[in-house]
Amino acid sequence: MGGAAGSLLRYSLGVWSLQMFGNQFPYGTLVANLIGSFFLGWLTSRVIEQKCLNPAIASSIGTGLIGSFTTFSTFSIESISLWSSGSLIPAIVYISASAGGGLLLAFTGYALGARKQEKETGGVQL
Amino acid sequence: MISGLFIALGGFLGAICRYVLQRMIKIAAFPAATLLINLTGAFLLGLLVGKGLEGRIYLVTGIGFLGAFTTFSTLNVDLLKLFRKKQLKSVLWYAGLTYFGGIGLGLLGLWAGNL
Repeated sequence: MGGAAGSLLRYSLGVWSLQMFGNQFPYGTLVANLIGSFFLGWLTSRVIEQKCLNPAIASSIGTGLIGSFTTFSTFSIESISLWSSGSLIPAIVYISASAGGGLLLAFTGYALGARKQEKETGGVQL
Repeated sequence: MISGLFIALGGFLGAICRYVLQRMIKIAAFPAATLLINLTGAFLLGLLVGKGLEGRIYLVTGIGFLGAFTTFSTLNVDLLKLFRKKQLKSVLWYAGLTYFGGIGLGLLGLWAGNL
């Protein structure tokens, strides 16, 4: 169920960004991948590692919803098509913003989730 | 509206396939399942785009199935976990294989689809 919802959200975001910003740059996929990385980082430290939610629900959200909202296949093909349409710099920007930004946001989400937990329990090992 | 149903169907199946593969392939210390999934997905999407697939069949297979089968969030959280375990070599291997492999295999798929 999560997979269906995640894909629909990703597609809607893609269509919306196409209308807003045109087809020069794949903002839709970039934003979906960045938001998804942040939330999966947060979910991992706040929910999955603390086991404070039924594991079936946690994996439906983590693997299903967020996992399907983000995508690697579209990212690869869009990078190639940016590159092959002659826009080398946008291709490099797209790849580095996705890779660097995704990792950074996963770390931020993870740290925020761990900090919240720490406040509630009065100190928890990171 | 109808296109939403096609994407949802593909996404549903893609996510389940990824989940099953991640359960089946468990190698300690390296997220091999996600790597395999992302590389296969990039190649197959290249193939579909190279073949010039359009319309509903592309919505189900390309945007729905392959979009949901491959994942970017798990990639980053896997990298984060490797960082936290201080396995920097694995971080570099995993990131390098995913990005270079994914783009390379995407190119290969596009080329094969164009044949």
